[in-house]
Amino acid sequence: MTLLEVPVADTRLALDPPPARSRRGYRLLGYAALLVAAAAILVPFYWMLMSSLKSNNDVYTIPVQWLPDPVVWKNYVDIWQKSDLTTWLKNTLILSVAVTFLQVFTGSFAAYGFAKVRFPGRNVLFLAYIGTLAVPWQSYMIPQFILFSKLHLSDTLWSIIALQAFGAFGVFLMKQYYESIPDELLDAARIDGMSEYGIYRRIMLPLSVPALASLTLLTLVTTWNDYMGPLIYLRSRDLWTIQIGLKTFVNTYNAEYALIMTGSVLSVLPIAIIFLLGQRYFVEGIASTGLKG
Amino acid sequence: MTSLPLARRRRGRQVLRNTVVGWSFLLPNFVGFAVLTLVPVGLLFYYAFTSWNVFGGAEWTGLENFRQMLHDASFRTALRNTVYYTVFHIPLTLGAALALALLLNQRLRGVAFFRTVAFFPYITSIVALAQVWNMLFSPGYGPINAVLRGIGIDNPPGWTTSADWSMPAVIVVGTWREMGYYMLLFLAGLQTIPGQLYEAAKVDGANAWQRFRAVTLPGLRPTTFFVVVLLTIGSFKVFDVILVMTNGGPGQSTLVLSQYIYQKGFVENQFGYASAVSIALFAICFVITIVQFVINRRGTD
Repeated sequence: MTLLEVPVADTRLALDPPPARSRRGYRLLGYAALLVAAAAILVPFYWMLMSSLKSNNDVYTIPVQWLPDPVVWKNYVDIWQKSDLTTWLKNTLILSVAVTFLQVFTGSFAAYGFAKVRFPGRNVLFLAYIGTLAVPWQSYMIPQFILFSKLHLSDTLWSIIALQAFGAFGVFLMKQYYESIPDELLDAARIDGMSEYGIYRRIMLPLSVPALASLTLLTLVTTWNDYMGPLIYLRSRDLWTIQIGLKTFVNTYNAEYALIMTGSVLSVLPIAIIFLLGQRYFVEGIASTGLKG
Repeated sequence: MTSLPLARRRRGRQVLRNTVVGWSFLLPNFVGFAVLTLVPVGLLFYYAFTSWNVFGGAEWTGLENFRQMLHDASFRTALRNTVYYTVFHIPLTLGAALALALLLNQRLRGVAFFRTVAFFPYITSIVALAQVWNMLFSPGYGPINAVLRGIGIDNPPGWTTSADWSMPAVIVVGTWREMGYYMLLFLAGLQTIPGQLYEAAKVDGANAWQRFRAVTLPGLRPTTFFVVVLLTIGSFKVFDVILVMTNGGPGQSTLVLSQYIYQKGFVENQFGYASAVSIALFAICFVITIVQFVINRRGTD
């Protein structure tokens, strides 16, 4: 958040303080707007959480019941018995960790080559990377599927790893960051006889921890939330991820509103925790690239 | 004289060494990237000219797929719906994101917390969100229609169950989900506007609205351009929110291009035709981006 903390309004207030009454009016108006915006953003999450704690008959009532009465904690027990939640979470966790590790490692490694090693053809190659960021995945998912099928990747967890791990996004984000590290620092290390690999490992990696954290969290969340990839590639039930599992659960138990919300809460919870712990890395990662994976 | 070729040879060796080292850094990522992304993008332009289903191989049919597309009523519906979504989604999201950014750029208590809140929908999985919104939109008992009835609208819309209102419902969810993300870009853009400009405007007696028009908007121009480009591509490729909320229905009322590609390819196994539609989607995004860049350049000159 530090990046966005600098308020523009500071200096002009000192320069020409407006009459106290109208300033207070503006502030009240600001808080009112803030309240409305927060409500609009948060009500769906509130509804999700409250419905997950209701009995099924209480989810839809007239008038709308904004607090569960009675509170049905049992939903959070039942969902594990009615669905393969354990399998789904396990698969999703495996995929998220594998994809994130590969993306962070290969992305930062390649970014060093793009940012700090000068060689012919480098800029053209980087352009190809950036170019594909602008090509919608939806427009090449068909040939990609055919290719993956020929490589015997489809209906294995490898397909999702292959799909997500080598994206251009990680290279882009890390390159942006590496370019802010002065070349003089690396030249000094080169004169001391350190190899490029040594510089990457001993100087660049430690210096780029914030960027690595941004990339790690963004990749983790993207992989966890991915619905289309698993939908296309993972046909066997025992390979399903939380998103596919949840969607199938919704289709199977389409009148079990409370349980559906319970499952939704459980699928969002890990992301919410990660986000709250590392929110400043999310913000910085996006503010510095203007993109996400 | 002899030192010159020597120096050149040494330079040549240095370039070679750098090239080898540089490529060794790129390779782990590049191999995966080339095989899994670049090759499929290239293959797309071959498959689009073939007739192909899972049982046979690809058979060259020239422009046949594109001819078929011209007479395909479903394709036209998908294109029209995609434009419908885009035309509303871009200005709504742009406006909401800018308003949020201006609001959260004020010195108010709790602003940091609200920035976090506004961004949260964007990183929440669409499957869970679609379920919640479908329930909120539920025509008979959902809270949205309950509120609408409360303020005196006797026949509130049927939302996702009605062919006329399903698209607005999807647009609302798309805007709600993405505004926090674009807000972050606008907030970053607002920090680049120098405070002195506001001071100067104030000295000249400009009121808040005039300062916004004369200082904020021009200062945000590069950000706005970037946001519009991202929003345009994002709107034309809209997919998962529709797939999980309405699955294109009721009827074909929310069928969009991406979903049509999915349907033709993965449901009906017409890979050749689906590739041709993919090219149409790709071409639209490409042309619009180029046009936007040209307009932007002309505007800044």
